[in-house]
Amino acid sequence: MLSRILSVGLLAGLVAGLLIAALQQVTTTPLILAAETYEKPVEVSAAPKAPHSHHGTEAHSHGDGWKPADGLPRFFFTAVTTVATAIGVAFVLIAIMVFAGVPIDEGRALAWAIAGFVACGLAPAAGLAPELPGAASGDVVGRQLWWVGTAIATAVGLWGFLRAGHHPAVRLGAIVLLLAPHFIGAPHAHEFESKVPAEIAAQFTALSLVVQALLWTLVGVGIGMLWPKFAPKTAG
Amino acid sequence: MASTTVTAAKTTDRSDALRAAGIALILGLGLIFLTGFAYPEVIHNAAHDTRHSLSFPCH
Repeated sequence: MLSRILSVGLLAGLVAGLLIAALQQVTTTPLILAAETYEKPVEVSAAPKAPHSHHGTEAHSHGDGWKPADGLPRFFFTAVTTVATAIGVAFVLIAIMVFAGVPIDEGRALAWAIAGFVACGLAPAAGLAPELPGAASGDVVGRQLWWVGTAIATAVGLWGFLRAGHHPAVRLGAIVLLLAPHFIGAPHAHEFESKVPAEIAAQFTALSLVVQALLWTLVGVGIGMLWPKFAPKTAG
Repeated sequence: MASTTVTAAKTTDRSDALRAAGIALILGLGLIFLTGFAYPEVIHNAAHDTRHSLSFPCH
């Protein structure tokens, strides 16, 4: 069983990840590069600051450490990390479907993948719109915690609403769970800093959601198509 | 008798499946943590465009 999950997850993630990496190259990456041309003047003046700030800002600073050179190396590392993310998504999706005891076929894998996108893409985006580099935003650790909490609450809420029987109390609890992160609210910066034109930022936000939706969709379709092909040979 | 064997086999299959799913879940979450959340600068810089593009919270 483990080898079946790993084989299907690796293959589905690899194919989806490569397709999405190619798509990123013509959709989101050009916008990130465009945004960086606006970010740079700020960065130069901010760079010599002693790296003694609190953990949150240090974690996402653009220090002098290694980073892939622009061009092919940058594309390569983006592609590798996108493929790794897609494989991770595939493992998690298969694992959750196996835990839930649902048969894995094309229709169901796609439906669960879309639910995954709602939990990890749409719901967190309602509080933390996908941002270009250089945008003002709150402490990164706080935002990551809110993001993870929202994804988990939405996933559990969807499961409670759709699959945990149809008892009104359960459904009400599920709705509370779905809404709670948005009442708590995501951590935000109090002032706007970005020098990137709003048009580019808006385009990026929409595109990044589309890219993420396609990643989940392709992973789901891939799992649905491959799972039956890796069925164990029945003995006897 | 035969049905007992079948039930026993099914139970073993199910626990085997759950164990495999648990391992896959940990592996999957580990990969997503590395590409989407981990702090070391080298990982952050390598995954930078992916994090923005897939709407993980970045800087």
